[in-house]
Amino acid sequence: MTLLNSLLIWPDRPLPSLLVLLVIAMPFMYAARHPVHALVRRLFRAFENPLRLASRWLFDVANRLRTRNREVLFAHGGREAKLVIDREFERVTLLVQRDLEGYPALQRKIMDEITRIEEDYKKSGEVPPPPPEWVTAIQAIAAIKATGDGVVEDILAAIRDPLDKIYNRVVAEYRAGYQERHGLLKRALPSWRSLGQTMSQVERGITGLHQSAVKIDSTVQKPEGIFSRGAKTEDSLTASASAQFFISCPVMLVAIGGAYVNYKLISLPMSAMVGGGDYITETLSAAQVSSMVIILFETLMGLFLMETMRFTNLFPLGNLTEKMRRRMMWASLSILLVLAGFEVALAIMRDTIIASDVALKQSLADATTAAASSGWVTRIPTFGQMVLGFTLPFALAFVAIPLEHFVNTGRIVLGALLVMAVRGGAISLRVAASLVREAGKILVVAYDVCIFAPLAVERWVAKAWDHTPELDKASGQGAA
Amino acid sequence: MLVAALAWFAAGCGPQASHSQAIYMLVDTSGTYAKEVGKAELVIRYILGNLNPGDTFAVGRVKSRSFSEKDIVAKVSLSKDPLQANAQKKAFSEQIAKFSKATSGNQGSRYTDITGGVLQAAEFLNEAGARRKTIVIFSDMQEDLDQQTVRDFPIKLNGIGLVALNVTKLSADNMDPRRYLERIERWERKARTAGATDWRVVNDMEHLERVFEKRG
Repeated sequence: MTLLNSLLIWPDRPLPSLLVLLVIAMPFMYAARHPVHALVRRLFRAFENPLRLASRWLFDVANRLRTRNREVLFAHGGREAKLVIDREFERVTLLVQRDLEGYPALQRKIMDEITRIEEDYKKSGEVPPPPPEWVTAIQAIAAIKATGDGVVEDILAAIRDPLDKIYNRVVAEYRAGYQERHGLLKRALPSWRSLGQTMSQVERGITGLHQSAVKIDSTVQKPEGIFSRGAKTEDSLTASASAQFFISCPVMLVAIGGAYVNYKLISLPMSAMVGGGDYITETLSAAQVSSMVIILFETLMGLFLMETMRFTNLFPLGNLTEKMRRRMMWASLSILLVLAGFEVALAIMRDTIIASDVALKQSLADATTAAASSGWVTRIPTFGQMVLGFTLPFALAFVAIPLEHFVNTGRIVLGALLVMAVRGGAISLRVAASLVREAGKILVVAYDVCIFAPLAVERWVAKAWDHTPELDKASGQGAA
Repeated sequence: MLVAALAWFAAGCGPQASHSQAIYMLVDTSGTYAKEVGKAELVIRYILGNLNPGDTFAVGRVKSRSFSEKDIVAKVSLSKDPLQANAQKKAFSEQIAKFSKATSGNQGSRYTDITGGVLQAAEFLNEAGARRKTIVIFSDMQEDLDQQTVRDFPIKLNGIGLVALNVTKLSADNMDPRRYLERIERWERKARTAGATDWRVVNDMEHLERVFEKRG
């Protein structure tokens, strides 16, 4: 303020003073116009260029990150698809082993049944022998008309009676034959049914195989898309990874809640084991830390168990032999069982400590209230704690599955977010560079505004200079 | 075995900070104040109920001369095991009940050596090696020494907090309240000069939790 005051011609009237100063400075400013413009441009370029460079570098980083994320995404998608196909092939193998392995025996059974049915059919198809030659003679005699002659009547009756007997016998034989054939067909009925069942079984097996083949076909299309690195596949994989990430997040939160309940269950009785008044850090007691270690150890064993049971694929256990893997699995399960048993013991200890505390406080307060009866109802919380103590370690073991998804998909989601953040930074820097450039231009224009009078004179002189030769030329032509 | 090893490892690793507290309660058994021992017993029970495994607690009496080991009525260093600690608290409580019964029937001592008791308490607390050390003085804070007893020298109470409990007003205080206020101020000055971390007076027996309040 004092500096400004010293510059002012009339300190009590700043505006007129400044105007006069501007008028005085105007010729000098006009003279210095080009260097000042150059100075302003260079100065602002000095800010603008680094901003542009930084922005370009950030765009490059974002592109590299995106490429890397893409690779990770396709690798993850490929691995997932491979696992799905592996599982499907495993199912097919099991199906083939279960159903098709018995196909030779099944085929033999079918063939036997078909042969038996065929034989029975052939037997049932046998017709009675054709009538003997004398039947024709009898037919001729039977055609003789009864004339009322007694001799003829007697002869015809003598012929008719044996014929009737013969007819009855033949009919009886015929019926017996049919009965035998019906018996044969009846005997073939279970074979037909058995054959029908066998055929249904075969059909089921074939249908299952067909369904698996269709599923494998559809699953194989996914790796094809992954290998071709298509944009559609990329979008679908990103969406799938994001969905898995957001599903695994609440599951992990639930697991953390379970771990916290477990921690609360064992932290009090743990003080009886490691000492109640020992502190490892300023706020964490040894009992609390020990409880956390136990829970983390249970989770770790759960991870190993899930890994060795091939439910998850978090660690590179490919170099382990099958025998070693099985040993690891049993070791993890045994340790988990021991820890679960340990938690059951701690649950009982917790109950005892709480009961002891209550009894002490009652005796200190000289309470006359009678102690609660120790019936089975009062034992329910203890049993509940014991059951919780035993089951929670095993429940924690299953955290490995959402954890795997959380880790795998978290890399993709966080990578995408990082790319967005870097791009956002790059855009911000570019906007800042543009603003700096425009600010420089505005300053140049503002400088010109300050020296508007000399500039107006310059424009007027320039215009006059441009018009003068034309006028001279025009007047010269007129004279000629 | 594995779990035990793990737990011991967890407990053993890293610097172990002591969070235990040691409390020394001085119970005035001089003059007419000996009648207040019943109240003191209630306070002791309250403190016992609030102690944690690993804490140390002692009760000493204030009589004509109190700077002696014999004046410690009961002392306990609680086990780290909560169950054992509870058993110790119960035994301590029974010991105090006996002391209360024995004292309430007796006539109080002629003189009151609070400074001697405080010196004894400070010595005990410094040996306990606890993080928080508190001397609770259950007295009217009226010191009365015989001619042979020497207590007019600077004392050291560095790192120890002092709580004056149930500072009853004497009949002389009732006539001139300035005496009471001056007595309290003198003790506060004495405690601060000795390097005590805290000084407070709790007269409301309904708010004994103030004994355990942390300041600063």
